Amino acid sequence: MPSWNVNDQKIPQARLALVSYLSVIFVVLLMIGFWKLQVVQSGHFADLADRNRTRSIPIIAPRGEMLDREGRVLVDSYPSFSILLLRDDPKSLGKSLPQIEEGLGISHDDLQQALDTAKNEPKFQPVVIKPAATQADIAFVESHRADLPLLELMMVQRRRYQHGEMLANAVGYVGEVSAQQLEDSDGHYRPGDIVGKAGLEREYNDQLEGTDGMRRVVVNSVGKVVRTLDDVESIPGKPIQLTVDYDLQAIAETDMADKEGAVVAMDARTGEILAMVSKPTFDPNDFAVRIPQDEWQKLNTDKHTPLLNRAIQAQLAPGSVFKIVMAAAMVDSKLIPESYSVYCPGHANFYGREFHCWRPQGHGEVELHRAIVDSCDIFFYNVGKMLGIDKIAYYGSGLGLGRRTGVDLPSEEPGLMPSEEWVERVYHHKWYAGETISVAIGQGAVTVTPIQLARMAAAVASGGTLVQPHFLKGYANAKIEHFPLSDDAVEKVTQGLFGVVNEGGGTAYHLRLANIDLCGKSGTAQLMSYDAANRLGTKKMDGWFVGFAPRRNPEIVVAAIVQDTMEHGGEAAGPVVRDIVKMYYDKKAAHNQQQAGGEAPAQPGANRPLVATVGGQHP
Amino acid sequence: MKDRPRVQDFDWTLLAIVAAICGLGVMEIYSSTHASAMAGMQWKQLTWLGIGVVGMFLISRIDYHTLLDQAPILYICGVAGLLVVMVIGSTHLGAKRWISMGGIFNLQVSELMKLIIIIVLARFFSEVRTDRLTLADLVKVGALTIVPAALILKQPDLGTAMVLVPVAIVGAFIAGIEWKHLAIGVVLVALLIPVAWNMRHHLKPYQQQRIETFLHPEEDQRGAGYQILQSEIAVGSGGFWGKGFGKGSQNQLGFVPVRYSDFILAALAEEQGFIGVCVVLLLYLGLILRLVDNAQKAKDRAGMYVVMGVTAILGFHVLVNASMVIGYMPVTGIPLPLMSYGGSSTAFVFLALGLVMNVRMRRFVN
Repeated sequence: MPSWNVNDQKIPQARLALVSYLSVIFVVLLMIGFWKLQVVQSGHFADLADRNRTRSIPIIAPRGEMLDREGRVLVDSYPSFSILLLRDDPKSLGKSLPQIEEGLGISHDDLQQALDTAKNEPKFQPVVIKPAATQADIAFVESHRADLPLLELMMVQRRRYQHGEMLANAVGYVGEVSAQQLEDSDGHYRPGDIVGKAGLEREYNDQLEGTDGMRRVVVNSVGKVVRTLDDVESIPGKPIQLTVDYDLQAIAETDMADKEGAVVAMDARTGEILAMVSKPTFDPNDFAVRIPQDEWQKLNTDKHTPLLNRAIQAQLAPGSVFKIVMAAAMVDSKLIPESYSVYCPGHANFYGREFHCWRPQGHGEVELHRAIVDSCDIFFYNVGKMLGIDKIAYYGSGLGLGRRTGVDLPSEEPGLMPSEEWVERVYHHKWYAGETISVAIGQGAVTVTPIQLARMAAAVASGGTLVQPHFLKGYANAKIEHFPLSDDAVEKVTQGLFGVVNEGGGTAYHLRLANIDLCGKSGTAQLMSYDAANRLGTKKMDGWFVGFAPRRNPEIVVAAIVQDTMEHGGEAAGPVVRDIVKMYYDKKAAHNQQQAGGEAPAQPGANRPLVATVGGQHP
Repeated sequence: MKDRPRVQDFDWTLLAIVAAICGLGVMEIYSSTHASAMAGMQWKQLTWLGIGVVGMFLISRIDYHTLLDQAPILYICGVAGLLVVMVIGSTHLGAKRWISMGGIFNLQVSELMKLIIIIVLARFFSEVRTDRLTLADLVKVGALTIVPAALILKQPDLGTAMVLVPVAIVGAFIAGIEWKHLAIGVVLVALLIPVAWNMRHHLKPYQQQRIETFLHPEEDQRGAGYQILQSEIAVGSGGFWGKGFGKGSQNQLGFVPVRYSDFILAALAEEQGFIGVCVVLLLYLGLILRLVDNAQKAKDRAGMYVVMGVTAILGFHVLVNASMVIGYMPVTGIPLPLMSYGGSSTAFVFLALGLVMNVRMRRFVN
């Protein structure tokens, strides 16, 4: 018998009993532990369990469509799929990445970046790795349900700008809600929501955006949807009808295709915008998915400012178009006799400085009508000198220059109508009388936007009615301002503007249209000082043309500017205006014919006033 | 006095408790896996249980005195086995724990080592002829325990390495550890904790992480901290009455980690509630008390030490596993005996129970 096997010792019962008691104590302690979780805190943990297994998936509401004035779709939304990557399970994630990269054509770096960006988000929140899935991508995900359960499809609504760049600056674009908007929205928005960021998309965002629905689903621990609990359907956004006429817009776009500048076509009676172009522009479809950072940088830093809506944001010297204001001021103020005339030798001296007429050889003896038709600078220098800057400013800003028109777009710029008060307030010195001479031909400190010029021309031709330009059809509270002009002033000025297009020798005689009383005024402005122009080695100009028809109480007014051109306004911008006005009348004629239902076509020229004969007096 | 041990002398009360625990385990394994790709796991577990029962009968046939006679050889074989594992063991889930046995099954030597340490320490303690353990005895016990524990820790398998320690502690306690030694031990451990804390950089990364996440569970959403959190959510959301069989969302949707094995108590707690947990804990308490009862009735100190070694290991398993499930202890990979799915651990428990039966059967035999 080995020594250990000698059974001479009693079993130490007391110590064994102690072990029993200890066991009881441990079990009681464990029960207390379970009691704390399962009874005391069970509500809290039941909440956590629910939050674990249920997930709310937004059902994105489509944004409302944008229609043109005839109901043609300009902008709509379409359902599309985003591919999500579930990253709950890092182990299988790492193994699957190469296959995903190859199957979906995503570079390793892009995928890694998407994952890195979301690193600090909760792990159960999937990452969007492909925002706009193609048919092939969707097929890939569907066919790899079994071996790549980490991929998930999410239906989203994407904006579609049917005509790409057309009307882009006015329509604007959509994008992910910004941190600021999120904060201001008071919980209305969630991160990642798509909102209007610019243009009409932003202005009418409240109408356009729908209410997202919500689907509550049960998910398992790797985030796969097991079943649906309930659905709250989304409410689509309301469509908006615009006053824009697709046909007019299309011709304006075509005419401006390779140019830099802007066009505004407006119903002169109501302020309805018929067309608006700003060039160069961008394709808002690029923003509809997710604009790559470098592309966004490029758009923002492009010196040709494609994101700027020049029609309402470019503040430019109006040039000779400003002579409409000068002429109206001259006649309406009665400070200068209507018969006033000057001899234009091609230059003149004011306040010790030499000022030139655009025609070096001069216009000879010129009175108001001739001065408008020929756009004589010398005549208007004199008028400006006699009126003084404050009188000019009174008429200029009375006719809407140097202040916002109130168009229903965000970020309209005001331009500037200088005055004595303005120069004292801003520069703290007296107005230099010599500056008045420059302002008289739309140079110097005065700057306007194209939409202001369109409204001004319409106001003069309609006796001082300033309409509020707008894009929304049936815009309820369009403001009408009145800046009464004497009938005499309206008559004299519009006769001159009719002559510009319809009299031989007029600066825009080449634009005349059969049976249409197109009136207008060209302008050619130097955007920068001569010094700056020399430094940059450019002699290019801004060419304006503002036209309307008919002569009195016009229906349509169009302002166009072609920037950075070698041509004068009449040649550069005039044809754009003419084509739009012609299209407007062609459509109207076709419409009337349709209405008449086979009867003889209406004669657009039949109700023409006697202007034609007036024009005849000035060969 | 009988001259032969008989199967009728098995502790049938103890086996009834074991059967109840195993039944609950199989039921919960079924509930946890029937709706998943692992469906059918309960049959595998029943197979392991069957093998375990056979093993239990076999080991009860060999007189434990014979086993204790071979203790030195068993110990050497065990340590050698662990060394072999280090060299040729197959790696699974990042740990070298298994020796491939001709493709039929993989032998987890560390599970065998648990049985061997029970036998070796029972032999050692029964050689102490007094009711006083000397310091030299304690050092020897410590050395016997630390060698295999260190090898297992190296695999790395912190959980199994730790399991060897309570066999030594409980044995030493019963063998008559001196209060001053106990006090010194407690003080030493208290002093070692900060030292160990400073040595933590020598731990395996996964061990560091487990300690980190135990201390700061919220910082690691998807690692061990996530596991503990999901386990707590499962337990807590089960409430008093439970969500019902097969209806625990944490369990059914896979939020509870290894819900059929290490975290099976969390799965059960979610579906059967506090009531279910109490039943399980009381069954385990019954098991432990019944084991201690067997120890008290053992024929000799050697048998008592064998039974108490088994008791120490099983009690430690239950305590650590249940504490982990409710977030009181870090995740160490210690399964809940008889309930958690697993071949090696089930086999070990039944072999250990076989030792207990062995002792019980022979209490009246000369």
